[in-house]
Amino acid sequence: MNWEIVIGLETHAQLTTASKIFSGASTRFGAAPNTQASAVDLALPGTLPVLNKGAVERAIRFGLAVGGRIAPKSVFARKNYFYPDLPKGYQISQFELPVVSGGIVSFVVGDVEKRVRLTRAHLEEDAGKLLHEEFHGMSGVDLNRAGTPLLEIVSEPDMRSAAEAVAYAKALHSLVRWIGICDGNMQEGSFRCDANVSVRRPGEPLGTRCEVKNLNSFRFIEKAIEYEVRRQVEVIEDGGKVRQETRLFDPDRGETRPMRSKEDAQDYRYFPDPDLLPLAISQQWIEEVGALMPELPQQLRARYEAQHALSPYVTALLTESREKAEYFQATLTATASPAPVVGNWVIGEVSALHNDRNADFDRPIVLPAALGRLLDRLHDGTVSGKAAKEVLLAMADGAGDADAIISAKGLKQISDAGVLEQAVDRVLAANAKQVEDYRAGKQKAFNSLVGQVMKATQGKANPAQVGEILKRRLAS
Amino acid sequence: MHRATLKELSERLGAKQVSSVELTRHYLDRIAAVGAPLNAFITIDRDKSLAQAAAADARIAKGDHAPLTGIPVAHKDLFCAKGWRTTCASKILEDFVAPYDAHVIEQFDRAGAVILGKTNMDEFAMGSSNENSCFGPVRNPWDTDAVPGGSSGGSAAAVSALLAPAATGTDTGGSIRQPAAFTGVCGLRPTYGRVSRYGMVAFASSLDQGGALARSAHDLAMVLDVMAGFDARDSTCMDLPKDDYIGGLGRGVKGLTIGVPKEYFASGLSADVGDPILAAIDEYRKLGAHVTEVSLPNQALSVPVYYVLAPAEASSNLSRYDGVRYGHRAENYADLADMYRKTRAEGFGAEVKRRILIGTYVLSHGYYDAYYLKAQKIRRLIANDFAAAFKRCDVIIGPATPCVAYDVGSAKTADCVQMYLDDLYTIPINLAGLPGLSIPCGFGHKNRPVGLQIVGNYFDEARMLAVAHAFQQATDWHARVPAAFA
Repeated sequence: MNWEIVIGLETHAQLTTASKIFSGASTRFGAAPNTQASAVDLALPGTLPVLNKGAVERAIRFGLAVGGRIAPKSVFARKNYFYPDLPKGYQISQFELPVVSGGIVSFVVGDVEKRVRLTRAHLEEDAGKLLHEEFHGMSGVDLNRAGTPLLEIVSEPDMRSAAEAVAYAKALHSLVRWIGICDGNMQEGSFRCDANVSVRRPGEPLGTRCEVKNLNSFRFIEKAIEYEVRRQVEVIEDGGKVRQETRLFDPDRGETRPMRSKEDAQDYRYFPDPDLLPLAISQQWIEEVGALMPELPQQLRARYEAQHALSPYVTALLTESREKAEYFQATLTATASPAPVVGNWVIGEVSALHNDRNADFDRPIVLPAALGRLLDRLHDGTVSGKAAKEVLLAMADGAGDADAIISAKGLKQISDAGVLEQAVDRVLAANAKQVEDYRAGKQKAFNSLVGQVMKATQGKANPAQVGEILKRRLAS
Repeated sequence: MHRATLKELSERLGAKQVSSVELTRHYLDRIAAVGAPLNAFITIDRDKSLAQAAAADARIAKGDHAPLTGIPVAHKDLFCAKGWRTTCASKILEDFVAPYDAHVIEQFDRAGAVILGKTNMDEFAMGSSNENSCFGPVRNPWDTDAVPGGSSGGSAAAVSALLAPAATGTDTGGSIRQPAAFTGVCGLRPTYGRVSRYGMVAFASSLDQGGALARSAHDLAMVLDVMAGFDARDSTCMDLPKDDYIGGLGRGVKGLTIGVPKEYFASGLSADVGDPILAAIDEYRKLGAHVTEVSLPNQALSVPVYYVLAPAEASSNLSRYDGVRYGHRAENYADLADMYRKTRAEGFGAEVKRRILIGTYVLSHGYYDAYYLKAQKIRRLIANDFAAAFKRCDVIIGPATPCVAYDVGSAKTADCVQMYLDDLYTIPINLAGLPGLSIPCGFGHKNRPVGLQIVGNYFDEARMLAVAHAFQQATDWHARVPAAFA
């Protein structure tokens, strides 16, 4: 039977401020426990929060990037609950009046643009961490993370498959890194997702949703949603009802397990934090922040498609990260090769090289200028595409620049018309059958003849030139 | 020496007629000798105080001193002072030693003042009789059967009994003005945002404000001059220049319009308090002020509004006392929830628990709109009443309390609602965020002191102090001292 899947994501993006959202303590990851917890973070009696302007500025950047509404006045509220990793006994968050509302995250799935609406994005502080392993029969509390600034980004239930949810999460991940507000490090928990999942018959009202927590990789998002959808469909098809609850994803077993149900949901007793004034953001501030915004991925995609006639598929891959887009741009200015060739090389060979060697485009293995020179040699016919790939690998291994490698390895193409004509004539003389086939209309035979010429020249013949000569000879 | 006012002591220190060490030792000896029946202090640390006094003397010797250099000042035990136990009179913080200074303490330190000790109070500043202290009740120096008022009862008793020339307090619903009235001293609650709350343990953040108790308007002006000032660590602290509180004292009241709210003299005010207040109003007429009737129609809603908002904030502010990081933790517990339950059940007193329960209730899902939100709206109306009144007058005066100090353990102290209702004159000022001052203006039932409240407009402390000073130049109520401590 036919089921429609409905997914919304809540994402916590840790902001890149040097200090915490309400105290001056450092936000650096990995320090010895409790060495980055100030009196405010420890919630000593009498301490008070002071808002970090940098965190607000990052929220404004995000609001501008997604085209959301940046509230001229938003309010910090206290979310009250007891837990040892929450020193004040309440989390300072935003409830009724968030800093950003609305907005769109757009991304490309295949060749189709998908737009996911955002409900809101609000500022809040992170909690600390409990350490259960190091202490026998007890738990340790590490408050280094307590007070780290977070932007919680809530989407509308606009996604219809696990793959779409992952594509959204990747686009959001790329966006927050693109605009420099989050380092996106998922292992360190800088970018964490919870998924709200429900199923329904097409056309029916929304089904009961479950919130799935602990999704700290794109693979887990996909696996957890797939599992959860299967589970909900089974429950309904067995005549049962889905219970509204919070479920935890167990990556080891690939399943979700109930954490707490709606009935035992806590009453957080939200109320405006009297220690903090309402957050006022002036139009002037928004404009100042806007003036420093980089060109956004969707803007770049549109520009590349218009200026360079690149396909949406290529532009989507080129704008996966700001570093990759900048790499493309720099290579393009360094070579005479046309944009589609450069684009294909960046998303193809060069990206594969970085993946293989676990490298990022912020520290590229082959610099754009060096790649540009190689693509020039491809463009002017000095090397074939196949040879160019070999040269790229040698460059990555530090064997020198493109020209040096081409001459050292003897990869220069044969473009001498006389030499190539002789080779073609020898091949035609030795392959009368294929010649006959070609003349009878078999295109395959032509390709085979080109292959024979390449083989005869140890792959060094300029294939385009070989094709031309062959056509000329076969036509006469 | 202890009969001298702060102003006189400052002059003597500056003229090197007495050293800070001598002065501090004198007060410490006096606290030890006659202070015990009052139970005004929670912590005394002679060595620390005398070391500070010696440092003050060195400043004076170098000529590098300010008016408060060398003056011993007692601090309500909710101001964090580095190395000093800061208990809030609660078992849950009984052994808590603050690792940092409150802004107020820093300001006194910069001025060269000496910390004389930490004063007793109602637990977490919740109470009006100073009976809610895990260190036992404080007694009124005028009559040790009587309460000193609260929650800054220890500070009030200390100043009243000449155990300290001045003391700090905090005022969330009247906790400076009411004990000042009950013990016959002067108490100032500045405008919300005038004094930084950083390092002042929170009760109800939107109402709490640090202030002081002393024996004259002049002395209060000297203390406020030190306490006031911008502090970026308190987001609700206003970045406004402070006025010349001392220089402005002599401006008199001639031509000033004094508003008297008609609601203040409605039923509930006992005659023994009403008569001295009316006499004080007459005194102001004689001094050349115009007296006009004003109205604060929403005044009667203040107490119920306060007892929604203050407990709501308190229930959240006191969540941090969970036994995890500092303070009391129950010895035996089965699990985390049990640890919280036992720790907080053992650590908090009855009044604190009552307010946490009320606050938790009014913030609960389904009740928030009916209580918290409605109370916030009425709070706005109450502030609007004052704004309208201040269009017609410069200051508002009336009684600080509806009755004089009652006895420790009396029927009133047994019925918390009766005690809450007694705060009807002080609470509206906190809800509006206004400054208020109480000065002695006579004696009522059983010869217990009566306080006159002077309310000013926002950040108009200088004018209020001048109004009080004018009265004190013409009368001597503020100079009266309880016979047992003279």
